[in-house]
Amino acid sequence: MDNSRPNLLEEALVEDGIGSVKIQKRGRVVVVEDCVETSAAFVLHHFLKRSLQPDSSDVVVFIAFAHPFSHYERILRKMGCNLAVQRKNQRFLFLDMLMLECPDRNGGEAKEDGLLTLYGEIEKAVEIYSSLEGSRTITIMIDDVSLMEVAANGSSNHVLDFLHYCYTLKEKCGCSLVTLNHEDIYSSANTLPLILQLEYLADVIIKAEPLATGLASDVHGQLTLLNKGSACDLGSSNSKVRNFHFRVKENNVDYFYPGTQT
Amino acid sequence: MASSRPRGSSFSRNISSAATSQIPGVKLGPNGTSFLSSGIPDLDQILGGGFTLGSLVMVMEDPEAPHHMLLLRNFMSQGLVHKQPLLYASPERDPRGFLGTLPSPMASKDEKPHERPAEQDSNLRIAWQYKKYLGEQNSEVQRGGKAEYCNDFDVRKPLERHFYSGQRVDCISLRDSPNLVPLLERCAAFSSQISKSDGNITCAGRIAIQSLCSPQCDFSDKDWDMLSFIRTLKGMIRSSGAVAVISFPPSLVSPTFLKRWQHLADTLISVKAIPDEHKELAKLLTGYQDMLGLLSVHKVARINTQVPAILEATTFSIKLRKRRALILECLNQAPVDGSSGSSYGTSSSCSGSSKTGNLDF
Repeated sequence: MDNSRPNLLEEALVEDGIGSVKIQKRGRVVVVEDCVETSAAFVLHHFLKRSLQPDSSDVVVFIAFAHPFSHYERILRKMGCNLAVQRKNQRFLFLDMLMLECPDRNGGEAKEDGLLTLYGEIEKAVEIYSSLEGSRTITIMIDDVSLMEVAANGSSNHVLDFLHYCYTLKEKCGCSLVTLNHEDIYSSANTLPLILQLEYLADVIIKAEPLATGLASDVHGQLTLLNKGSACDLGSSNSKVRNFHFRVKENNVDYFYPGTQT
Repeated sequence: MASSRPRGSSFSRNISSAATSQIPGVKLGPNGTSFLSSGIPDLDQILGGGFTLGSLVMVMEDPEAPHHMLLLRNFMSQGLVHKQPLLYASPERDPRGFLGTLPSPMASKDEKPHERPAEQDSNLRIAWQYKKYLGEQNSEVQRGGKAEYCNDFDVRKPLERHFYSGQRVDCISLRDSPNLVPLLERCAAFSSQISKSDGNITCAGRIAIQSLCSPQCDFSDKDWDMLSFIRTLKGMIRSSGAVAVISFPPSLVSPTFLKRWQHLADTLISVKAIPDEHKELAKLLTGYQDMLGLLSVHKVARINTQVPAILEATTFSIKLRKRRALILECLNQAPVDGSSGSSYGTSSSCSGSSKTGNLDF
């Protein structure tokens, strides 16, 4: 496979034409959603790799609730990106939140504490990075939001607050925000606000689903990508929905339209 | 052998034979992971080698039948045979009673699990369901090693006394405490003992928690507490050399929380009993009489890799071979026999006759 050619996912992400690519590079909010049957973690890895390309100087702040560093390092190494080196070069900040607990015992305030300190760390990092020379995009990635809720002991309001804070960083410093969440969790009405608010704030929504016909060895699922676009000033909605199949490999992911796989 | 070779190229596999023998009962897998046997050879094979070390395995129970206990028993028995430290928690008043129900390993020499064709047949094989043979060869290689990675267990014979002697088996009752803090502390102590020497795993441990959210436990209505317990446990064992198996009755967890539980699991398995006299199923599947139940694999642990594991089949039948050893088999559809064919015929003719009747009047 020719790696230099943009794949379908890349194409869909920079849909709006060549002229606006520069604008697109400014902060965007991407929400990735998956379900039990099909994991969308590979989309995160894709974003991670793209941000840490050697020819750019973009920075990633990665907030990991799901896996330890070694997991991501191994995956990204196979994709041709050494996270340990990037970490040394100050381009990759890994915040291990695997054991973060926000205990409930001292009432509501202690609960917020953990997330508050986490936000403090992120904000500090973003400020340092954006004060440095050169143009760079800072991407904040969260894997994943549902576990953050568990860490906050179920208070989705605190998680929402946290995400709104991160969102203001986008406005302030032009950060991008990439979050992974699980769509199938939010089926009942009282849990719905979180995912709806996330989707409302998002510029790009990527959903991974299994095929309706079940899993196959050569098609691992389908991606539905909604790009809300940035053409608000023209008045017309520019959002586009794309749908394609994917097959995850160790170093790469194949994207193709249904039925076009050779 | 492999270890003596200089590791110049990044393409070379650095699986050295020394590493496998260091920890008993642990097999190296792809992507720097290692496997621990589930105690059921067939399940190991289905999962690609066993339970991944550091992973969380969740078993969804059948509400009516204790099939999950078969999995837990074999899992713990295998740990005892390999002399691994164990931790068992259950909602029973006396969790130690569980140890008395553990099955005993079969003598591997005289009772080969797979009735293989005689050796001279091996060079004349017709590739008929050849995948069976592939598996056989693999298991043969394993058996060549001095310590067996996975034993066959005789579910009718209790484990002999000498396996327990000098073994560390912690048992906790979930009933005693109003919350999950004591259990979590025990798990933390357990996993810190395993990974004592600066991150290097010296031995593998097994944690089994039976019926976590059963109503006997006082915390069974605290959904978020249980979730955060599972999450913390998952984080804990990920860094240590342990595998945790949690079984739970899915019907007692509310649907949204059930999805969260499922997302938290690295490996997700469900067991189901099958009704004794189910005519339709009996007709559809071969060997229905011998089946104990069905086992489905919903998720396989993907640690250090992003590629999903696509299994050839996700549902397997649980059977007992010679009423002793637990085996899993792919479901085979029974050939349509004469009687069922005729029943289709009669049904169509029935509808046909009614149609003509409609047309006539």
